[in-house]
Amino acid sequence: MASLFDINLFALFGQLLIGLINGSFYALLSLGLAIIFGLLKIINFAQGAMYMLGAFAALLGMQYLGINYWFALILVPLAVGLVGILMERFLIRRIANEDHLYSLLLTFGLALMLQGIFTHLFGSSGLSYPIPDALKGGTKLPFMYLPNYRAWIILVSVVVCIGTWWMIEKTKLGAYLRAGTENPQLLQAFGINVPLIVTLTFGFGVALAGLAGVMAAPVYSVSPDMGSNILIVVFAIVVIGGMGSIGGAILTGLGMGVIEGLTKYFYPEASTTVIFLVMVIVLLFKPAGLFGKEA
Amino acid sequence: MKTLQQRLLTTLIAGALATSAVAAPDGKVKIGVLADMGGTYADLCGPGCVTATQMAIEDFGGQVLGSPIELVTADSQLKPDVASAIARQWVESDNVDTIGGLVSSAVTGAVTQVTNTSKNITLITGSASNSFTTKACSPYIAHWTYNVVALANGTVKSLVKSGKKKWFFITADYAFGHALENVSTGVIKENGGEVVGSVRAPLGTTDFSSYVLQAQSSGADVVALANAGNDTVNALNAAAEFGLTQSMDVAGLLVFTPNAQAMDPATAAGMRLTTGFYWDMDEKTRAWSKRFEERHGAIPSMAHAGAYSATLHYLNAVKAAGTDEPDAVMKQMKATKPEDFFARNAQLRADGRMVHDMLLVEIKPAAERKNKNDIYKIIEVIPADEAYNPMIAECNFSS
Amino acid sequence: MNKKLLLILLPLALLAPLVLYPVFLAKVLCFALFACAFNLLLGFAGLLSFGHAAFLGTGGYVTGWLMINSGLTPELAIIAGTIAGGLLGAVYGALAVKREGIYFAMVTLALAQLTFFLYVQAPFTHGEDGMQGIPRGALFGLIDLSDNMVMYYFVLAIFCFGFWLINRTVHSPFGQVLKAIRENESRAISLGYDVNRYKWLAFVISAALASLAGATKSLVFELASLTDVHWHMSGEVILMTLVGGVGTLFGPLVGAGFVVTMQNYLSGGELGNYIHIIMGAVFVICVLSFRSGIVGQLAKFKRDNF
Repeated sequence: MASLFDINLFALFGQLLIGLINGSFYALLSLGLAIIFGLLKIINFAQGAMYMLGAFAALLGMQYLGINYWFALILVPLAVGLVGILMERFLIRRIANEDHLYSLLLTFGLALMLQGIFTHLFGSSGLSYPIPDALKGGTKLPFMYLPNYRAWIILVSVVVCIGTWWMIEKTKLGAYLRAGTENPQLLQAFGINVPLIVTLTFGFGVALAGLAGVMAAPVYSVSPDMGSNILIVVFAIVVIGGMGSIGGAILTGLGMGVIEGLTKYFYPEASTTVIFLVMVIVLLFKPAGLFGKEA
Repeated sequence: MKTLQQRLLTTLIAGALATSAVAAPDGKVKIGVLADMGGTYADLCGPGCVTATQMAIEDFGGQVLGSPIELVTADSQLKPDVASAIARQWVESDNVDTIGGLVSSAVTGAVTQVTNTSKNITLITGSASNSFTTKACSPYIAHWTYNVVALANGTVKSLVKSGKKKWFFITADYAFGHALENVSTGVIKENGGEVVGSVRAPLGTTDFSSYVLQAQSSGADVVALANAGNDTVNALNAAAEFGLTQSMDVAGLLVFTPNAQAMDPATAAGMRLTTGFYWDMDEKTRAWSKRFEERHGAIPSMAHAGAYSATLHYLNAVKAAGTDEPDAVMKQMKATKPEDFFARNAQLRADGRMVHDMLLVEIKPAAERKNKNDIYKIIEVIPADEAYNPMIAECNFSS
Repeated sequence: MNKKLLLILLPLALLAPLVLYPVFLAKVLCFALFACAFNLLLGFAGLLSFGHAAFLGTGGYVTGWLMINSGLTPELAIIAGTIAGGLLGAVYGALAVKREGIYFAMVTLALAQLTFFLYVQAPFTHGEDGMQGIPRGALFGLIDLSDNMVMYYFVLAIFCFGFWLINRTVHSPFGQVLKAIRENESRAISLGYDVNRYKWLAFVISAALASLAGATKSLVFELASLTDVHWHMSGEVILMTLVGGVGTLFGPLVGAGFVVTMQNYLSGGELGNYIHIIMGAVFVICVLSFRSGIVGQLAKFKRDNF
């Protein structure tokens, strides 16, 4: 009987760890979304498509340009960020003064287009990207075998998330950013180029999605709909954390990954839905989200 | 006022135009291929099934009953509702005589609902569920290539007999996966094995890590993948990544050649599987496969070969019957034995099941492969009458 | 103006199946009703729901299940499906109308995802396989609907009923209050209106009519599937309404016709892959420079030039 109990406990820890890995992706993606919404009040429904773009950029970069994983980790976020900058500069800015919901609809349309283009070019069946040699293999933990690459995901995600949070909350650049959202006219009057800040912030938020895409390429199959599948989950996480709360997005992202892992152990079928249940409950009792400020 | 007018008109027009939904034979043969053009199963029976059907039409001579044979194609997107709507439009409005291709049992189920009523022949070449010749059988179905019973009678039986008694299933969560798990469970129990657990993953899952973890903690000898296409490849990759392949056997219950090619030989070598066709079996299969590869760019899967064989047999029957009237054509199809590079010791039974010799094969390790297409070693030929389920009385449409 | 337009449209609708495939036309009408129902909420009450697929799907599943299992006649099964969707709408509406803007959209999305989950799990929907083989039955037990022509006219009658109901709602005092809330909610509150009650009622009517569309659709195709409950469907109906013209009576009808036709003609041929690209592009163009939609633009053109 004891051994049976042990096995179950091990399985539970295993699922929690996998939840934490998924949570790392959620945290990266929802961080980008929260920055874009919190600082710019843009609802970016194309964040999932940017994630997909990141994965494809890594794959194509390797196939056609010989860019390996480590360079992709740097170059792809820059490239995806550039796409985001162009998107903001030429499309989203044109509806800056309309209702926020229009930015949702616009980026939803952009996401559909991107997904369609990639489906057209590569089919929807998914392509594979090799795990870099240095991260192959794994470590035997008492309760499971942890592939090194998955541990790497958690590490990178945590470092990037904390770094970003620190930059926005504790540095002068972050202070400008926050000031720009509170009172753009005043900041402009101090001689700071607010539209440039807006564009760069959008680019940064999108670049985070691109980074998540590169990270995901070796473990999930690279397919055009990988973004749309994860997008609404990530949106739910941002809403639960409190739209615009940077720290909230990070903590909720990791936390929801863990809750998903728990659900996978106790009631696997519900694992994709539990986040929405949490979201309904949170919105009913704490409308501004767990870490959001009441308007 | 407007409603009155409308009602009057409605009755008038409806009365004048009420026509029967059953398509009348028009002497012109039009074949529709409904397949997965870009999804998870696209490599198994997508554009390749169109190419194979096209080849059959060309080899037949391009015309029958004095008119050219027409071919139309569409993407089922693996969605039952999409497939059903296309099939309906084809048979009701576009005069399509027969629908082929058909991969994913959910799609095929939805399509046959339409074609059974409209009395159009379906040539099922990509789907696995055995329900099309059992509980959902119809006189207008011809189920080619393989089914879940043949898979279980091949792969599962040979593994259980070799001493692998405890099984865990990772199952695709729709008709096909459920059927494959059910039938396999039956075979396992008959041969003295047991099933220690199972988990269901949605079609198109990309991250199998949590399922693999469940399998790992089950204490099974064999983890059976009751899924297909990229799902199988992704599940196998996850199993390798999490070290499952070091302690347990992984059995892909349904593996098509493109998937076997996509698997890492290091993990897949030695895996046994059942297939309805292998390109490198003998001169005849090689000859056809070479022609196919030239046009398609990859070696044929069993669904591709089945699509060719089924189309050719159908066209031969139309010619022999001298009509495209479905009852007469089906009678002819069942009366003559299909014989080509694919169909060996074959027969289309009265229940619509096409039985033929199946192959039990083993995936070769990288060292033994002469080229990228050299992937299987044939272990055993499973005779047609042993491979398939016996006919049940309710589905005997011989009269 | 609307009366004149009706006099042109109705004969067109009556004669259309002589030229076009009736099942296709019936599909257009089902989606048009769905979009009209959605537009009642977005266009006239200013609420963007991102979860209307839940109601479309519920109507389809309930009606389908009743047709297969209960032996009810189709009109009763459709009524039951509509009521079921309306009840679901009453519950979801009560939860959602307390929130505004993006939060309203997110609550409806979350509730729709929960619904989707229930339908994936519930055995009676047959999950991915879809609920297959729903009989069309005989209307009032008398008129056999298995003929496509008859089915089309039945769908047309249902559509006309739904359209009439929406028209009445919009032009009723109730509809005027909704518009007042859309334009300036605080003023409506200060005038003493129980704003949430009005929103809730609009939500319920919209949900019930969306279910009516789903119920009818399940009979037309003899199938109900997860596609109708998936959140992509909630996005699609937004597109239809946006293309046609938010807040116009005929907009959703035109938008649904446009989108369904596009899907139908693109999905068959070589262009199948372009469908998402084109739909996405239409979305982008509409938001950037065409926010009043086809009907809105036509109306403006007419105002400016005649």
